[in-house]
Amino acid sequence: MRVRRVFLAVWEFVVGDDWLTALGVALALALTALLAADAISAWWLTPPAVLGLLALSIRRAARNS
Amino acid sequence: MSGPELGLAASVFLACGVEAVEALTIVLAVGTTRSWSSAMSGVGAAALALAVIIAALGPALTSLPINLLRVVVGGLLLIFGLQWLRKAILRAAGLKAKHNEMETFREESEAARAAAANIELSRFDGYAFTVCFKGVLLEGLEVAFIVLTFGANQHRIALAAAAAGLAVLLVIAAGVAARAPLSRVPENTMKLVVGVMLSSFGMFWGVEGTGASWPGNDAALLAIIPGVLLAAIAMVWALRRNASADAVDRSAPGETAERATVSA
Repeated sequence: MRVRRVFLAVWEFVVGDDWLTALGVALALALTALLAADAISAWWLTPPAVLGLLALSIRRAARNS
Repeated sequence: MSGPELGLAASVFLACGVEAVEALTIVLAVGTTRSWSSAMSGVGAAALALAVIIAALGPALTSLPINLLRVVVGGLLLIFGLQWLRKAILRAAGLKAKHNEMETFREESEAARAAAANIELSRFDGYAFTVCFKGVLLEGLEVAFIVLTFGANQHRIALAAAAAGLAVLLVIAAGVAARAPLSRVPENTMKLVVGVMLSSFGMFWGVEGTGASWPGNDAALLAIIPGVLLAAIAMVWALRRNASADAVDRSAPGETAERATVSA
């Protein structure tokens, strides 16, 4: 029970109330790392991905409000 | 001081100044909006951790996996920043009640903490502490890297350390001066700016940590921060526009019926 509570607290602290955005950020950075590892210029990938994730997150929240 | 020494001191001063400004931005933003005591505790803990790491590793510090640190710290800051930004945008668009964030956070923190947590602990803002700790630790490590790499190249580590120390002190003084004016900025505006800052720095460090290089290196922040801010403002504008269009749609059937009754 205590372990579960700690896990939930850490989850809430790190991921917050929108796990899809957190997952999207992780995927965007992973993809950037894959491209960079192949010596492909990859800095441009994360900014639009992040703004897209933010827009989708706001859209979901606005629909639920 | 010889020409090369002056060049070394100026380079280290500027490079460390940039790193210190990055850390200061985060501390000011989090301290102003969340809790100064917790933010400063995070800064103190980071300074202590830095001192221990530097004392323990010394020149071997340069072998730390800095990119791994950047991607982890950057990724977490980005996730935190996007949460702030989303809530601030929803508030600015009128889709979320203002001034309830601290209350919600406190309730959630208290529920998550052990039931036996005392009053002092419940006042502690773990979020502010962690964000400041990570930001200052990462930037502090980068300052130490700069001092070691630049200083070791010319066998003048003491001079490089003095230049770095001066840069950090000047940035801290600027931060103290900026603290009072910042506290007068409206709460939600400040939270929007914090969201923009955390997301921008998170994006910058995260991408750097993946091994990709930003065009212009640190100067890329001068494009990233305004870009994220503009996107946030555009989202607020779009949400407000949609909300007013919905309001017109909702009132239209009634108006149509009224007009029909009048004409009948």
